[in-house]
Amino acid sequence: MSFDSRESALELQGHREVRPSVYVYEAPVRIWHWINALAIVVLTVTGTLIAYPLPSVSGEATFAFLMGYIRFTHFAAGYVLGAGLIGRLYWALVGNHHARQLVTLPIHNRQWWNDLFYMAGWYLFLNREARKFTGHNPLSHVAMVLVFLTCLLLMVFTGFALYAEGTGMGSWQHDLFGWVLTLAGNSQNLHTLHHLGMWVMGLFVVIHIYTAVREDIMSRQTLISTMVNGIRIFKDDRP
Amino acid sequence: MPAKLETFYEVIRRQGISRRNFLKFCSLTAASLGLGPAFAPKIAEAMETKPRIPVLWLHGLECTCCTESFVRSAHPLVSDVVLSMISLDYDDTIMAAAGHQAEAILTEAREKYHGQYILAVEGNPPLAGDGMYCFPGGRPFVDTLKDMAAGAQAIISWGSCASYGCVQAAKPNPTQATPVHKVITDKPIINVPGCPPIAEVMTGVVTYLLTFGRLPELDSQKRPKMFYSQRIHDKCYRRPHFDAGQFVEAWDDENAKKGYCLYKMGCKGPTTYNACSSIRWNEGVSFPIQSGHGCIGCSEDGFWDKGSFYDRVSGIKQFGIEKNADQVGIAAASVVGGAIAAHAAASVVKRITQSPEERGHIDDHHG
Repeated sequence: MSFDSRESALELQGHREVRPSVYVYEAPVRIWHWINALAIVVLTVTGTLIAYPLPSVSGEATFAFLMGYIRFTHFAAGYVLGAGLIGRLYWALVGNHHARQLVTLPIHNRQWWNDLFYMAGWYLFLNREARKFTGHNPLSHVAMVLVFLTCLLLMVFTGFALYAEGTGMGSWQHDLFGWVLTLAGNSQNLHTLHHLGMWVMGLFVVIHIYTAVREDIMSRQTLISTMVNGIRIFKDDRP
Repeated sequence: MPAKLETFYEVIRRQGISRRNFLKFCSLTAASLGLGPAFAPKIAEAMETKPRIPVLWLHGLECTCCTESFVRSAHPLVSDVVLSMISLDYDDTIMAAAGHQAEAILTEAREKYHGQYILAVEGNPPLAGDGMYCFPGGRPFVDTLKDMAAGAQAIISWGSCASYGCVQAAKPNPTQATPVHKVITDKPIINVPGCPPIAEVMTGVVTYLLTFGRLPELDSQKRPKMFYSQRIHDKCYRRPHFDAGQFVEAWDDENAKKGYCLYKMGCKGPTTYNACSSIRWNEGVSFPIQSGHGCIGCSEDGFWDKGSFYDRVSGIKQFGIEKNADQVGIAAASVVGGAIAAHAAASVVKRITQSPEERGHIDDHHG
């Protein structure tokens, strides 16, 4: 038990498995993922504190600015989320083909549909083994496009529309997002949509983390490390 | 042939008001409309040269709170000024004539001022049962409204009833009460929501129409921007307490006495567009928040159907029993959380019952 490199070399003797690896997520995608994740956490916490404020602060109002700072943090994180989304959509245009998976759904591809049902069976414990995918499996692909991206857009649009209510008519936020308030009917409806969107995003995050950890253990490919170093390693060389 | 109309100035001089007082009024009105001092002479000139606009004021399905508010206008004073400024030819609530005599005035005014008058509508027409639920003067109100709108140059929808439907249009809206702009679609319409609208806002809109001879700038909901472009919350004198994080936590607590923000008590100030926090009510004496009660959002579309007046998060009726967005979210989170726990448990069972070969490579070196 020396835990040194010589012992490690001995342990590795006789191992000849082939473990194919593919570079999937380029640096901008990975950086965006983690910044975006942080922004979502900050937005959820500060957003909840805006909807349900902390117990009252004592003393003169002149010397306190608690809600002000919480709201500032929320708005700043909102800008990060919005700017990140623009950057990510740009990268979908210029990045590798995996960067485009977030904005495409190959619904005309029969093999894709076959894979979708197969993977549903895998999650329902009906299929013994997961199929291999260099990018998202079709089930997570659908969730990424229809739940995550849709919800992200909803949150950015409703969020900036709510922000535009404060910046007022004539501001660029109002010019760009004022129509969302009109579409929602009134400000209370807009708040309701923003709250519902937060819950959808929260549920997505919970399922996303659960499946990422589960598949990292149970499937035949890496998941978590892929979003750190961009490389997807397959644990066997069978098809 | 349209009749020759007296100017406002001629009328008030005839009533014995001095020119000095007239000019004072012009300055006050310019200020209340948010115009600079340079506009006072323009208002004076308009009052001296433009003919008084005939206004016909109809009442549909409503409670007359708009009229009650209107007659309390302080700047300008309704009794002294507005009733002279405009030519209010028909308003069945405050006119002396009644019955057939009153209805005759309506028909006469419509012919005499065709294309010139402004139609002010308080309340809305219920459309169910061919309009039978509102039947003033022995005729469905919706028919009168359409007839009168045809000869109007513009329509003012007074209050939340005419603008949005208000309480009579609250779900399930049995009489199918419908806002004016959904019935009359071919005339310029100004919505002046509120239950009731602020008196000075009402007279301000009328003054603007008279002074400039056109509609004020309107927002996407046809509301005059000068009074409805900001939320109560944006101009609330309790706003510093909100930013500081100082809230009334219960109606009878120390913070309520200190006048802290009513956000936690369900104040709708942050979601309500109106001028209450700047113009206030009853000659600027007070407004709901100043008296210690949150705003109920009476100038917002469908404010009766958004759940409790004391809850900021709206109810959502689509889920059967009334729930708000966060209650729905918590329920969904519990279901998903439970499902994930069960799935994870099943995954662990699958994993430990697998043969080493099925688990694949990971345990190779043990096998």
